[in-house]
Amino acid sequence: MIELLQFDFMRRALIAALLVGLVAPAIGTFMVQRRLALLGDGIGHVALTGVALGFLTGTAPVLTAVLVSVLGAVAIELVRARGRTSGDVALALLFYGGIAGGVLLISLAPGGSNATLTSYLFGSISSVPVEDVWVIGLLATAVLGVLVVFGRELYVLCQDEEVARASGLPVRFLSLLIAVTAALTVVIAMRVVGLLLVSALMVVPVATSQQLTRSFTSTMLLSMLFGMISTVGGLTSSFYVEVPPGAVIVIVALTGFVLALGLGRFIRRSRPQESIP
Amino acid sequence: MTSSKTVFTMSGGRVDLERRPVLRGIDLSVEPGEAVAVLGANGSGKSTLIRALLGLIPLSGGETLLYGRPPARFREWWRIGYVPQRLSVGGGVPTTIREVVASGRIARQRRLRPTSAADREATGRALAAVGLAHRALDPVQALSGGQQQRVLIARALAGEPDTFVMDEPTAGVDSGSQKLLAETLSVLVEQGKTVLLVAHELGPLEPLITRAVVLRDGYVCHDGPPPHAVGTHALPGHDHVHPHAEEEPVSPLDWRPTS
Repeated sequence: MIELLQFDFMRRALIAALLVGLVAPAIGTFMVQRRLALLGDGIGHVALTGVALGFLTGTAPVLTAVLVSVLGAVAIELVRARGRTSGDVALALLFYGGIAGGVLLISLAPGGSNATLTSYLFGSISSVPVEDVWVIGLLATAVLGVLVVFGRELYVLCQDEEVARASGLPVRFLSLLIAVTAALTVVIAMRVVGLLLVSALMVVPVATSQQLTRSFTSTMLLSMLFGMISTVGGLTSSFYVEVPPGAVIVIVALTGFVLALGLGRFIRRSRPQESIP
Repeated sequence: MTSSKTVFTMSGGRVDLERRPVLRGIDLSVEPGEAVAVLGANGSGKSTLIRALLGLIPLSGGETLLYGRPPARFREWWRIGYVPQRLSVGGGVPTTIREVVASGRIARQRRLRPTSAADREATGRALAAVGLAHRALDPVQALSGGQQQRVLIARALAGEPDTFVMDEPTAGVDSGSQKLLAETLSVLVEQGKTVLLVAHELGPLEPLITRAVVLRDGYVCHDGPPPHAVGTHALPGHDHVHPHAEEEPVSPLDWRPTS
């Protein structure tokens, strides 16, 4: 582990990995409870258009990705809130639009090709520049700040939207807040695991820890721990074995899930079920 | 808030769901301290009515007021304790009984201010009132339907509201939980709280109900003392397919409003 830290690029990569592992499952816990597990995937597809737009206009792709994915997330949320029956079809349309838009725009960019997009689709954590580490740190702080300030309200919203409304909570604002926070998280995680695997870090650690926990808070905290173990573990092993880090991170997370599935069954079986008088 | 202390005032309330009229012109007002049961057959619009009264469903005609204000401009939501029909499962993230009950304080909490001692005490009292204090750290997912219903009631109790609005609190609930609910509610009514609940059959709740509103096809067809043999049996269009030999006749004069 020590020799990893001798390399500048590896230090930057580790910081980025830690931040992403911490933040993605935190917002992911709320998304899973609100049945928005695939929201991250949707935003990831849309973010690709943002990345391509950055190359086309000569702006930093991270910034345009933030812009476009926030807009996409808001659009997805509006579609979700309005349409009751055809919501998933509308989402699907947005996914395809995101990928097609990305491929189209990148081909128009000077010197751009689909290969340019590959590093965003599958991640390129070992080539994260210093500025990106700063952006990731800033966005991660913003996401955690949102959860600290609005966590109690988001919990009520994710449990039952009608109860949230009958408690006087600003339901529309909070729903948009989840979508926008998810969009920021997607952009943070884009460099680490890639847009196609972003959602895995928001969902898999949560699915893992909910096998083992009894409370919402402990599910969230444990999933953040699992998230960091996955990103740092995956990154470290990819340093020693020549494999793409994004894929290893997701495989590590999924392995954790399978282990927790068995362990959770064992715990529940050995826990006596009380009955209420 | 000076103009009216009436809890709910609906006049000419109409609601369409998916272009089908569900409520066709409801006039209803509920005064503080009343214990009102909304009765009616399945599909008569009972749940729709209480959700419309809270502004959870928009009206397509008429108007409704919450403590004298339209729901969109109502700000004192801590006065309302809404108990939905069942605990929503959502994405299945585990959560403890205490977490759910404590979230009932949300309308009384300020953003950025941590959970106060008063919050914790109210949560503790609510848990004790429904007999779940000893299981506060258990996940709600492990509970039976009746036990989950108790959790939902405790969540409303924790908020210490003036008015309780309950959607079918007795549906699919074991008789022990129904009795406990009746005891809890009669204490609330004695304290002068307002109770508005939807029920298919009143069962053990009957003695504490001061007024029954019966819906039929989106209209109010009875508004007054709970009718004899309250429940689906008294409803128009109900088929009596079983004998009623053991049922004791209850005169509307037998009950006294609790003051």
